[in-house]
Amino acid sequence: MEKIFRNLAFSSASLVFVILIGIFITLFLASKDSIDEFGLGFIVNPNWNTEISLSNPNANMDMDMDMDDSSASDDMMMLDDEDDMPAEADTMLFDEDVKDTFTEYGGLVPIVGTLLSTIIALVFALPIAMGIAVFLAEIAPKNIAYPIGIAIELLAAIPSIIFGMWGLYYFAPIVADLVGGYQVSLLTAGLVLGVMILPFMAAITRDSMNTTPDVLKESAYAMGATKFEVIKDIIFPYSKVGIIGSIILALGRALGETMAVAFLIGSIFTLPSSITDPTISIPVAMANNFGEAAGLGESSLFYLALILFIISFAIISIAKLYFLRGAK
Amino acid sequence: MPVMNIQDFSFTYPNVSHPSLKNINMKIRKNKITALIGPSGCGKSTLLRSMNRIHDLYPGNRYEGTIDLLNDSTQKMENILDIKKENEFIELRQRVGMIFQKPTPFPMSIFDNVAYGLKIAGIKNKSELAGRVEQALKDGALWKEVNDRLDKSAMGLSGGQQQRLCIARAVAVKPEVILFDEPTSALDPISTGAIEELLVELKKDVSIAIVTHNMQQASRISDYTAFMYLGDLIEFDKTESIFLNPKEKQTEDYITGRFG
Repeated sequence: MEKIFRNLAFSSASLVFVILIGIFITLFLASKDSIDEFGLGFIVNPNWNTEISLSNPNANMDMDMDMDDSSASDDMMMLDDEDDMPAEADTMLFDEDVKDTFTEYGGLVPIVGTLLSTIIALVFALPIAMGIAVFLAEIAPKNIAYPIGIAIELLAAIPSIIFGMWGLYYFAPIVADLVGGYQVSLLTAGLVLGVMILPFMAAITRDSMNTTPDVLKESAYAMGATKFEVIKDIIFPYSKVGIIGSIILALGRALGETMAVAFLIGSIFTLPSSITDPTISIPVAMANNFGEAAGLGESSLFYLALILFIISFAIISIAKLYFLRGAK
Repeated sequence: MPVMNIQDFSFTYPNVSHPSLKNINMKIRKNKITALIGPSGCGKSTLLRSMNRIHDLYPGNRYEGTIDLLNDSTQKMENILDIKKENEFIELRQRVGMIFQKPTPFPMSIFDNVAYGLKIAGIKNKSELAGRVEQALKDGALWKEVNDRLDKSAMGLSGGQQQRLCIARAVAVKPEVILFDEPTSALDPISTGAIEELLVELKKDVSIAIVTHNMQQASRISDYTAFMYLGDLIEFDKTESIFLNPKEKQTEDYITGRFG
């Protein structure tokens, strides 16, 4: 009995690893064509689905080198859309007269869009969430803290598409009026994202602040500390782990959020020159383009997915390792 | 000479009709240890927690009577129950320190723990801080054990060391009175012995009130003892009189172990 239970528990726990590694391998295999084609240069290439002229022989040679070990079918697929597709891809190298094009995919724009919108969301939400949490945990009397706490939890339960619609129709015009620029932009997407992660951060932070033992707070008050000093010196350090946990969860949600951002970010593959410009994020690029993607385009979307996976994983691991070690 | 004079003091918790303390009259004398003993629920902790108004962290308590605290500079008694402003509370708690049942090290280094009260009292000079921290740790009989790891987290100390750290932290701000709320009930006998020695040492500089469940502890270290039962102060006298020659039947029954 003991043994069965132990094995059950062990296999449940290992399932997590199996799923994690399985997803990673699937993403990697599906994006292999794109990785072979564009390599790591994909990350810094701002062009997406752009037809590049292949008339420059030097550029041509470089492409050729990259394509050497990829199969001929790749070449076929990426040239699919073109009317004057040559029967043999190689022939174009020697035919200077045929003006040929090559469809290029690069991930820079959605990667930048994802990171910037997440940073805006975090910068906006973090101080407000801390304020709410401090208010609910320490300042508000119980009869006020309780209804506000419920409201915060309800806010967390609103489906993201509702945030997207609300953001597009009501919030974005106000933001655009106040700061100028486009209604659909990095800024409005980031702010609505911030509103979405706010309740998570506030609720988890409040809960971890509530775990500060009363006697520890009393002990600081008994030293002559003010409420502010108790919050700053006792409650925040004590609940540091929980606060960092809430930030990590919020980050995870902000990085992967699709629907609300799709409404607000503008969905164009252009690098923003200011935060009020529209751009695109990785999940939005995937959601918008999977329908009609094929071949190298589809593979590049998987490449983006892999990058998102790695970014989330890296940020969460760094946050955990760095901050939680510091907390001890 | 009394540093604290409690007269006709009654205390009622919020949303309760009957008072938890009724007509308490007693004194905390200067440079003496006053022990509060009695069975659980007799109100001894409630009384102790009134002496620095720590009750007021939670609203709705009702006080009656007076608790006068000697003002060292003017030599006048001032009623601490009149305090209403936050800065007066801060001043009161700097003058009347408190040690709790469980050690309460703050989540910071050993040095910062002891320096905490000084820092929030506005002392910024680094060498003065270092000097006061060293002195406080010596007063708390902890200096020898921790002087090579002052920058380490206070959470790494043993329970007894943590409690002595809390005492050093309270002593550092030079209070007039320190209130101990069962300071050894979470500690082993050896740590308890160390704390008891420390208390006897400390009374040269401060006046001490201590709540204890342990009657032997009260008889070993205290100069005065108050026996409380169900919110009443039954008897308050010199410790020898209470233990050797109690006037009240209830006191005698309690200290001889017939109830409680």
